[in-house]
Amino acid sequence: MERRQRREIAGKVFEAVALTATVFGLVVLAMLLFDVARRGLGVLSWSFFTRYPSRFPEQAGIRSALLGTVWVMALTALFSVPVGVAAAIYLEEYAPRNRLTRFIELNINNLAGVPSIIYGLLGLELFVRGLKLERSVLAGALTLSLLILPILIAASREALRAVPMSLREAAFALGATRWQVIRHQVLPLALPGILTGMILALSRAIGETAPLITIGALTFIAFDPKGPLDKFTVLPIQIFNWVSRPQAGFHARAAGAILVLLAVLLSMNGLAIYLRYRLQRRYQW
Amino acid sequence: MEEIVLETQNLTVYYNGRPAIEGISLRIPRRRITAIIGPSGCGKSTLLRCFNRMNDLIPSARVTGRVLFEGVDLYGPDVDVVEVRRRIGMVFQKPNPFPKSIYENVAFGPRIQGIRDRRKLDEIVERCLRAAALWDEVKDKLHQNALTLSGGQQQRLCIARALATEPEVLLMDEPASALDPIATMKIEDLMRELAREYTIVIVTHNMQQAARVSDYTAFMLAGEDRVGRLIEFGPTQQIFTRPRDRRTEDYITGRFG
Repeated sequence: MERRQRREIAGKVFEAVALTATVFGLVVLAMLLFDVARRGLGVLSWSFFTRYPSRFPEQAGIRSALLGTVWVMALTALFSVPVGVAAAIYLEEYAPRNRLTRFIELNINNLAGVPSIIYGLLGLELFVRGLKLERSVLAGALTLSLLILPILIAASREALRAVPMSLREAAFALGATRWQVIRHQVLPLALPGILTGMILALSRAIGETAPLITIGALTFIAFDPKGPLDKFTVLPIQIFNWVSRPQAGFHARAAGAILVLLAVLLSMNGLAIYLRYRLQRRYQW
Repeated sequence: MEEIVLETQNLTVYYNGRPAIEGISLRIPRRRITAIIGPSGCGKSTLLRCFNRMNDLIPSARVTGRVLFEGVDLYGPDVDVVEVRRRIGMVFQKPNPFPKSIYENVAFGPRIQGIRDRRKLDEIVERCLRAAALWDEVKDKLHQNALTLSGGQQQRLCIARALATEPEVLLMDEPASALDPIATMKIEDLMRELAREYTIVIVTHNMQQAARVSDYTAFMLAGEDRVGRLIEFGPTQQIFTRPRDRRTEDYITGRFG
């Protein structure tokens, strides 16, 4: 009897510990959100979105940073998604299972763990100096593409692997070529997973500051980036800059910009969930 | 004498360098049902998968010997494996319809061969669903997801799907083992019906099923070395009533397996 009681108490204690851990994470997050909202909600106005940065806190806005973020994200998605998905398809559907393949896989996984500033240094050498792209949107997007490729490849492979082998066999047995099997059966089923992975990878990229500072993205941009070769800044860099200023007015601006960044991030994640839900309903089995 | 469609000559399949089946020589007559029976692990499915080169999908598999389809070696250098699989269809153990509509399941084979004409596709879908004895049950819901069908209906859909590429041979890998007795009966009736036009090779570990539906039976067995060999092949009637080999008799009388 006593032993059984002890076991039950141990179970209860563990449950309490696990619950505390969960609540702790949530509470910290809620406090953070609350604090940022308290400080930042006041500055959110139409002019905050339409004005360029300024020496005067009350006139400073996020126009160029928001546009820069949109530009960089769009180009990053454009470069990284086709390459990442194609690499995942090759590794899952075509690559022979040999040592070279395993070596490539191992290194892709390692790349996912490389600190982002290292990618910044790589981008600086390769894109800014090597390809002479200067401190352009293009150089930033290419750098971030490299950064999120390992994540994208891993997520896409996961999604491809989740497609049952029996469906591939069924299609092969009907005389489909490997590409037809992939195009008509495997990809449509893997698409929700690939899309989710893509959005999560882009969410990682949208918050990155270090690699973009490393390649020399500026903090004071008083014009709209109009093309891939223009100079740019992004929201995290603008936030970083404002936070490091002494004036309280800039801190409020930083909190406002954080709210905007969070809103963009949350809507991206929301979109990922929605897409996964919709596509899964269409193809459930 | 029967006309021979498929013939294996001294066929051996290796997985990772180790033989799984060895020295199989077998002749499969046209428009007949040939059953391959034997206990689990004797290589029945491996043999079946040589006939449409599905073993190609397993990287470690290697095949020696010959598989002749209407006199042409399927493993010859000029053979187009996509064409082989179009002409030799396959139905799997577990129903595996695509998670698409009933219509799209049947239309997939013709579509990937480049048939786009809607009327032609409609015609193929109806003909194949009728041939698979499924038309009356699904004709009002062709655009519903195939996964809403019952297991037995799904398996008949897979048969219809295989028929849509106009194959000459249908390979069936334990097609009824995942189904209830009534669905199984329907599949068996359907096989008898299809045997008027198609050559059917069925793998089954259900001896009653082999005895009920097949014209010819091949009995396979793996020895101590776990390598599957063909023990006996002949008309089903003879295999089940007057087997020549002692091991065949032991198996069909239920003494092992």
